[in-house]
Amino acid sequence: MRFLLRRLAFYAFTAWAAITINFFLPRMMKGDPITAYLQKHQSEFNPEAIDSLRTLFGLDSDASLLQQYLDYWRLLFSGDLGRSFSKGLAPVTEVIASALPWTLGLVGVATILSFLIGTGVGAFIGWRRGSRADYVVPFATFFSTVPYFWMGLIVIAIFSTRLGWFPASHAYDKGSSPEWSWDFIGQVIAHGTLPALTIVFASLGGWVLGMRNMMITVLDEDYVTVAEAKGLAPQRVMTRYAARNAVLPQLSSFALALGFIVGGTLVMELVFSYPGVGKLLLDATNAKDWPLMQGLFLVITLAVLVANILADIAHAMLDPRTRMMES
Amino acid sequence: MTSETLLTVDDFSVVYDVDPPVEAVRHVSLALQRGEILGLAGESGCGKTTLAYGIQRLLKPPAVITSGRAVFHDESGEDIDINALDADAMRAFRWDKVSMVFQGAMNALNPVASIGRQLEDVFLTHRPSMGRAERREECAGLLDLVGVGRERMRSYPHELSGGMRQRVMIAMAMALRPQLMIMDEPTTALDVLVQREILEQISDLRSKLGFSVIFITHDLPLLLEISDRIAVMKDGVIVELASALDIYSDAQHEYTRRLLSSFPSLTGERGDFIRGSESTPTTTEAAL
Repeated sequence: MRFLLRRLAFYAFTAWAAITINFFLPRMMKGDPITAYLQKHQSEFNPEAIDSLRTLFGLDSDASLLQQYLDYWRLLFSGDLGRSFSKGLAPVTEVIASALPWTLGLVGVATILSFLIGTGVGAFIGWRRGSRADYVVPFATFFSTVPYFWMGLIVIAIFSTRLGWFPASHAYDKGSSPEWSWDFIGQVIAHGTLPALTIVFASLGGWVLGMRNMMITVLDEDYVTVAEAKGLAPQRVMTRYAARNAVLPQLSSFALALGFIVGGTLVMELVFSYPGVGKLLLDATNAKDWPLMQGLFLVITLAVLVANILADIAHAMLDPRTRMMES
Repeated sequence: MTSETLLTVDDFSVVYDVDPPVEAVRHVSLALQRGEILGLAGESGCGKTTLAYGIQRLLKPPAVITSGRAVFHDESGEDIDINALDADAMRAFRWDKVSMVFQGAMNALNPVASIGRQLEDVFLTHRPSMGRAERREECAGLLDLVGVGRERMRSYPHELSGGMRQRVMIAMAMALRPQLMIMDEPTTALDVLVQREILEQISDLRSKLGFSVIFITHDLPLLLEISDRIAVMKDGVIVELASALDIYSDAQHEYTRRLLSSFPSLTGERGDFIRGSESTPTTTEAAL
């Protein structure tokens, strides 16, 4: 229990620090974004509209920095992240909410799949070390060093341009809109296959190698020999004794990977023109859309935090030693 | 003690197939009596652990059994050639007939499973018909028997001291009432007091349950005290095999004498290497 409270306090502090930095960052930039925005769209606004815009973005008052900071927290808790310049002044929360499910769905599923397959394969070839299963290793090394985007381009060239099996870009067919129908779900799967495949293949090698190396280390431990001497079935020795211990370091890497699901696939979404968070961040940066960028940074930071909390919980559940040490 | 034979090892050789090959065990033959404690002594690297692992077929490449066989004479009267068992039969044989207590109690238990679960594993595998409650009760009884206590069922290995872990290992080794227990330096990592307690416990349990023991150690005085017969091993060969008394008072082989003289006696000259006060009386006791 004390362990849990201490971890929670730590995460609360980290969240506070991240949000505070997020608040100060744009204020340290030169000039204010509204002026830049207005200059770009000067002809479209009359003076009254400009005034109301300034009011909307809170640039009319001379509130102190502290007051601004407190307001920022108040608005944050009421779920108001401001309005996005580049998306027609739509609320930032809505803009992010429209992109987040795509990223979570595509990258989340791909990352989890990759972890499960990679760890399983790694455990198996580690267990069968020295056998023919070792031939997987050079392939895993090769695929883990190939950059995502390059593999994405190759995959598009082969499966989309040449074979025409899957569409090369976007999340669904042009002209249709999101709805819960079999037709639409089919489109999403067809469009998601290539980017998901690319992510799985590019990250699989790392999981395989990591798990295999840990397995080989663990297999030399005395308790594995004891398990064998006890006459346990090989499958039981492999899962309950060897893999069960070897998977612990993998979990930390998995938590990091989960955290980067939200923010870490910018290039991937670019290659496949996928309407996710990564592409949104790029658009926001290009358009100097500060409120949207701030909102995205916030979401990405929180995602990393949540992933870490999950990893902590998983670790505490799977490894009794961590429970002891920290309490 | 009956003179019935429990285990016959015949012309047993193990080679580590590295470059150059290492002949770890060379043409070893010995016979173990039922209910006997056989001490296996020798310096580090003499092949005593390799021999024990080889008998249980626990060796991994590059170790290869190049010759010989080990035959287990079961209570039922059946002779089991251990080298001829297939993988399934070997697994069924292990622990049920011959169990082991390993060197290094610290790492012999799975760190992420409670000791109760690890004990239960044995019954799950070898006595699948056993009910859950019966299994639990059996495990709790074993922990009581070795003095760890049934309330430790749910403890994890890191919550136990080294001595307690070794007791858990002994409890585990006794779980199926095997006819032979191979103990590979079971007390080496422990201090002399805990070592003594555990040895007494092993002797007690043996007189209660009547299993045979192959006790492997480099500590010859300790063997003189606890074993019926002692085999002295050097460079993969058993150089001498005799009763404890004969080894102590009338060692035939020059290496045995050297091994014995490397431990000071109670009446040794002042200024000789002084060993802990705990094990010196031991030698004299055994000699009586």
